[in-house]
Amino acid sequence: MAMGTITAAYIASAILFILSLSGLSHQESSRRGNWYGIIGMTIAIVATILNPAVNSYGFLLVAMVVGGAIGARFAARVEMTQMPELVAILHSFVGLAAVLVGFASYIDPNAQFEGTAKTIHDVEIYLGVLIGAVTFTGSVIAFGKLSGRVGSKPLMLPARHWLNLGILVACILIGNWFIGADKSAGMVALIIMTLLAFAFGVHMVMAIGGADMPVVISMLNSYSGWAAAATGFMLSNDLLIVVGALVGSSGAILSYIMCRAMNRNFVSVIMGGFGTTSGSDEGGEDQGEAIAISAEEVAQLVGDADEVVIVPGYGMAVANAQHPVSDLTRMLKDRGVNVRFAIHPVAGRMPGHMNVLLAEANVAYDLVLEMDEINDDFPGTDVVIVIGANDIVNPSALENPNSPIAGMPVLEVWNAKTVIVSKRSMATGYAGVENPLFFRDNTRMLFGDAKDSVDAIRQAL
Amino acid sequence: MIISIPKESYSGERRVALTPESAQQIQKLGHRLRIQSGAGVLAEFSDQDYQAADVEVVDAEAIWRDTDIIMKVRSVNEEEAQKVAAGTTLISFFWPAQNQAFLQSLAERNINIIAMDSVPRLSRSQKMDALSSMANIGGYRAIVEAANQFGRFFTGQVTAAGKVPPAKVMVIGAGVAGLAAIGAAKSMGAIVRAFDTRLEAKEQVESLGGEFLMLEFEEDGSGEGGYAKTMSKEFIDAEMAMFREQCKEIDIIVTTALIPGKPAPELITQDMVESMKSGSVIVDLAAEQGGNCKLSVADEIVVHNGVKIIGYTDLPSRLATQSSQLYATNLRHMLTDLTPDKDGQININMEDEVIRGATAAHEGKVTWPAPPPKLSAAPPPPPKQAVAPVADAPAMSAASKAKMTFAAMGAGLLALLGVGSVAPADFMSHFTVFVLACFVGYQVIWSVTPSLHTPLMSVTNAISGIIVVGALLQISSPSGAVVLLAFIAVLIASINVAGGFLVTQRMLKMFNKG
Repeated sequence: MAMGTITAAYIASAILFILSLSGLSHQESSRRGNWYGIIGMTIAIVATILNPAVNSYGFLLVAMVVGGAIGARFAARVEMTQMPELVAILHSFVGLAAVLVGFASYIDPNAQFEGTAKTIHDVEIYLGVLIGAVTFTGSVIAFGKLSGRVGSKPLMLPARHWLNLGILVACILIGNWFIGADKSAGMVALIIMTLLAFAFGVHMVMAIGGADMPVVISMLNSYSGWAAAATGFMLSNDLLIVVGALVGSSGAILSYIMCRAMNRNFVSVIMGGFGTTSGSDEGGEDQGEAIAISAEEVAQLVGDADEVVIVPGYGMAVANAQHPVSDLTRMLKDRGVNVRFAIHPVAGRMPGHMNVLLAEANVAYDLVLEMDEINDDFPGTDVVIVIGANDIVNPSALENPNSPIAGMPVLEVWNAKTVIVSKRSMATGYAGVENPLFFRDNTRMLFGDAKDSVDAIRQAL
Repeated sequence: MIISIPKESYSGERRVALTPESAQQIQKLGHRLRIQSGAGVLAEFSDQDYQAADVEVVDAEAIWRDTDIIMKVRSVNEEEAQKVAAGTTLISFFWPAQNQAFLQSLAERNINIIAMDSVPRLSRSQKMDALSSMANIGGYRAIVEAANQFGRFFTGQVTAAGKVPPAKVMVIGAGVAGLAAIGAAKSMGAIVRAFDTRLEAKEQVESLGGEFLMLEFEEDGSGEGGYAKTMSKEFIDAEMAMFREQCKEIDIIVTTALIPGKPAPELITQDMVESMKSGSVIVDLAAEQGGNCKLSVADEIVVHNGVKIIGYTDLPSRLATQSSQLYATNLRHMLTDLTPDKDGQININMEDEVIRGATAAHEGKVTWPAPPPKLSAAPPPPPKQAVAPVADAPAMSAASKAKMTFAAMGAGLLALLGVGSVAPADFMSHFTVFVLACFVGYQVIWSVTPSLHTPLMSVTNAISGIIVVGALLQISSPSGAVVLLAFIAVLIASINVAGGFLVTQRMLKMFNKG
């Protein structure tokens, strides 16, 4: 296939990728969007294979078929509660691929440059490998944390900011050495830098706690895009650059949305260690007494209510309670109760996590509302059921300027007539802040595993 | 402890403080129950019903002996009080404000008094708020009595024999009784208007289908504890003018206006009554406290100029079975709070706000009035100072944000020029593509709905597998090492492509519209 045709095919697939992302703006168009993405990818791969420079069909077919089969298996078997893990591990693959392609490009005898072109090419390789390596180990650790293989508590090394800064300075110095060096010395520099970047990725994500995962995942998503873009520069491939830039900005915007939803600075999230700093909390103020309630009483309350709002959190995902919740919704709907869901942007462990779980359990998406859509409706709501969420419904974010989460936008559930909080214990949430919601006059605590509790409510109905 | 329920001695009182149903619940608290023979007959509960619920039925003399607690609807009278032994706890309506001397004499004899009319209005104590239970019944019964005296339908009809206009009902005071009256009148088909000095009542009136009469006047009459307070003279004048206007067309008036501890305000004057159509009915629920209507007489129906004015003070008693059921349940909840350990021992815990509020005499001392509860039915206004900084923060940073943006744009432009001055044209053309793609990505991603953020991540995951293209270009290299690296890269990138697209497909299939 002529180079002109290939470029035309690349343009077509770049446009298809853009259409694919814009398709996700509505549920109705989202499936079509995914198909655009698949078609775009097929065109890009076929065009590349037909490039006259590519002739090892045996290798590439084996690699693609095996890889594709593994990917398909992952996709078919993953539980919806494990989506964050899957996304994290897929990020790590992009990172690793970027590292490998960078190394291959450096030792490829076909690619020979002179002068400024060589310097620029070296910088591109260096950056591509650096970003890829950080993405790789960062995502692997994120995967470990999400799947429970690595403790989700932030790891606090002494002088960790200095450590990060040291790695950064070292990478710049080594980069300087790498650009001037010949092939063998350059290789050593590249390998040292890669190891440093691996360590940096591990350290960075280790220092970030479990509930900041939505930010971390979005950030790694962004990095995987920048890694692909850097690879595009190093191979002079515009398609890679376009796609890398798309993915990179997508991840960056998601990180921004997540940070805003926690009222936190991106840098402070990445610096890690939230909630373990010396918490300047209310100062031992008497919180009063939490009032427990039984599942039967909850059943009576929701059965008699007109407006019910369910607020799910990570606890629902942990307990796998989305199916009983969906059944409960259906039973209440049949009785003429208007049931809706309120989703906080950072509920769960990745952006949109709760939406996917509820969709899996067959909850219609038009019942599932964003924080801004539903916050004004709480005063007219009879019963709010909070399932496994804590910080996102904490009134001290608005009322106590000294609280560590002050200013974070929260779901104002306490404006409803009755709030039922399903929780395993009185423990504080991720941010380590006491939640005055539990002690309000109109709050009742339903203790126990989220799934068992919801099942008990269903039985009582 | 032994709880005794004597027969009500007040003439015309049909209610009883215990039902067979509440008896069973109270026995679970560890108490033993005795009832005077015939106490429940007027409320349709026979002695056999009580015996079936394991309540001992005793005669009029035995009921006052050897008892720890006496539960009644109305307070004991002077004669009965002599039969109450020292140390006994009396639970009933008492009206301590009107019976201070009697209260003092009982306290001196070391009789504990829990006055059900003094239960503070807290959300926690609603279940024992006997005043509300009785007011609810009174409001309903007021409409029933009015319908009984009223010569026409409530609902409007068009019949073969002619058109019947609907009755027009005005309810003054939208408390518990007023709201019950509105609901009852509305469900009988009348046109209902209501007035209350508390603006928070407007919503409640409208929720029952009533029309709230508004005054062109700024003053809210919400007092402490959810009751009304006395209004200014100007307000009352405006209010009276409106009633005068309404009286000309209204068929039935139900007045429920009461201010705690004061005589009922006079709202319907003689000339207003005279301006009403003949055959109209006024039900004055405040007749016992002097009446909202000038002409009403307690416990009687007065006919003035063709208008019937009903001044019954025993409306709850006229619906004795229902009143007894609700009152007995209120008492049962009170006992539950008084018996926290369910061991048959009552504990008058003066630290408990509800029990403290209801206790009028304790251990020989008069403990009435209790310090007032500090909660209105409406929630207190939110702490404004705490919210203000949050609201201000974005506004303040908007200006500095704009500055930051300009600074960043300037720095970015300079950096671009710097790169452009040294980089070859080839690089700059790729760079153009890169920057434009970033902007396209920025625009496209903001329009993605937040509920699809997870599919967005998995689809971007899949398309960042485009790095496979780079690896594919390297796989035909003559160098073995390059081929190996490229082979692994193709393999893992393919996992991404297939895995990402398929899982997105799977997820998107699950999003269904209801």
